[in-house]
Amino acid sequence: MTKDAIRQAIVDIIQEILPDEDMGGIELDKPLRDQLELDSMDFLDIVMELRKRYHIEVPEKDYMELNTLGSTIAYLEPKMANL
Amino acid sequence: MSRSLPRIVITGVGLAAPNGDNLPAFRQALLEGVSGVELFETRYMEPVPAGICHFDQYKYQSKKAARRGTRAGGISIYCANEAVADAGIDLATRDLSAVGVFIGITEHGTVETENEVYNLGTYQNDVKYWTHHHNPRTVANNPAGEVTLNLKITGPHLCLGAACAAGNVGLIYGAQMLQLGEVDLALAGGVSESVRSFGVFASFAAQGALARNDDPTKACRPFDTQRSGVVVAEGGALFTLERLDDALARNAKIYGELVGWAYNSDASDFVLPNPERQAQCMRKALKMAGLTPDRIDIVNTHGTGTAQGDEFECQAIRSVFAGSTRTHTNNTKSFIGHAMGAAGALELAGNLPSFSDGMVHPTINLTELDPECALPNLVIGTPKKLDRVETILNNSFGMLGINSAVVVKRYDGN
Repeated sequence: MTKDAIRQAIVDIIQEILPDEDMGGIELDKPLRDQLELDSMDFLDIVMELRKRYHIEVPEKDYMELNTLGSTIAYLEPKMANL
Repeated sequence: MSRSLPRIVITGVGLAAPNGDNLPAFRQALLEGVSGVELFETRYMEPVPAGICHFDQYKYQSKKAARRGTRAGGISIYCANEAVADAGIDLATRDLSAVGVFIGITEHGTVETENEVYNLGTYQNDVKYWTHHHNPRTVANNPAGEVTLNLKITGPHLCLGAACAAGNVGLIYGAQMLQLGEVDLALAGGVSESVRSFGVFASFAAQGALARNDDPTKACRPFDTQRSGVVVAEGGALFTLERLDDALARNAKIYGELVGWAYNSDASDFVLPNPERQAQCMRKALKMAGLTPDRIDIVNTHGTGTAQGDEFECQAIRSVFAGSTRTHTNNTKSFIGHAMGAAGALELAGNLPSFSDGMVHPTINLTELDPECALPNLVIGTPKKLDRVETILNNSFGMLGINSAVVVKRYDGN
């Protein structure tokens, strides 16, 4: 997957978890929690959707990598490059 | 009431019924003979007749909250908001630690567990795909807890597991909490999401008690010789209950006064009702109300449309009301099916407008009365106008032998 495709894949997952929110203006380097109504259960939903849709495991020690959209893309790029 | 406890009144009604999203619409459907039963797709089975609600579930709840929560929670949130609005209560001005939420349920967690087991099967039963939402969705207080989250209520909340007597039992518990002074406002009644569980349908089918009919609107036919069983429904009804003095102090609209109630146990069978215990329950509620049977205008029957259940309830009602020419009987499930934990509360709600319009809504789908189900002044097919309705007795019974009866009296300022 390209970097843009990975970005879109993450946004699609967050949109499903937060159907009321507008995904248009998410800033790459700002914590997702500061921009969206995301709590710890929602982050677990993101982890679950990555597992279900792309068979990607995000171990608990790596959860902080999902802090911003930019850090999430960077973290997932090597894992999704061959998808 | 015979006891020197505070008097309790109903000041607001919020409901979701298969044939109405609020009390005026529900009442109109009941008076006009409009069924809310339709064919419904459920897992592993042919489509089944079921009572399905069509209220706007996002009226008071975000899509995110609905996705995270349960159908029973969503129904409860809708009913609670509607009841508070109907009562003219501004929760922002209330002490929210003195507000309680008490919701009767037949079961909870069945729907969510079935769904998750099904989903897990699509991942070769690898439990790492089991959702972290399972436990908060299936705890027994979920529907009431979702209401407190939605309305920021910090007083007590719980769900009361009372099989299909639960709607009445939720109401009774709310009244008792007000009398004890534990709360100043109770949101009380019952809800059900049971139609989302194939297991509820399949279990009735296995028991030979699931209704079938080519026309789903004709499937629920209590007291008819051709009745074939239960039509499962979803729905909810929550009432705002207040102590009479508090209601009068704020000049509240009063739907009626809860003057008597009772619930008891058959202690005789898992599923078969016990008419002797049912009659005892009705008599106990009448005694608390200080009323004799001939002072009751309407008995809303539990009648689900099963062969033995209807017969036994009719025996019980005849034994209590045989001498009462004033008492009329009717049935609400014939319109909407059996809303399980919501049934008692929904059916009471559907009859409350009798105090103002003087009408007794009928039972429908009754073309040939089973002689074993003969009842005093059973209102069949079309509504009946009475000179004045003063009292309603609402029956609701459930499996494991739980019976409940609530007596509501018109409030006329005395």
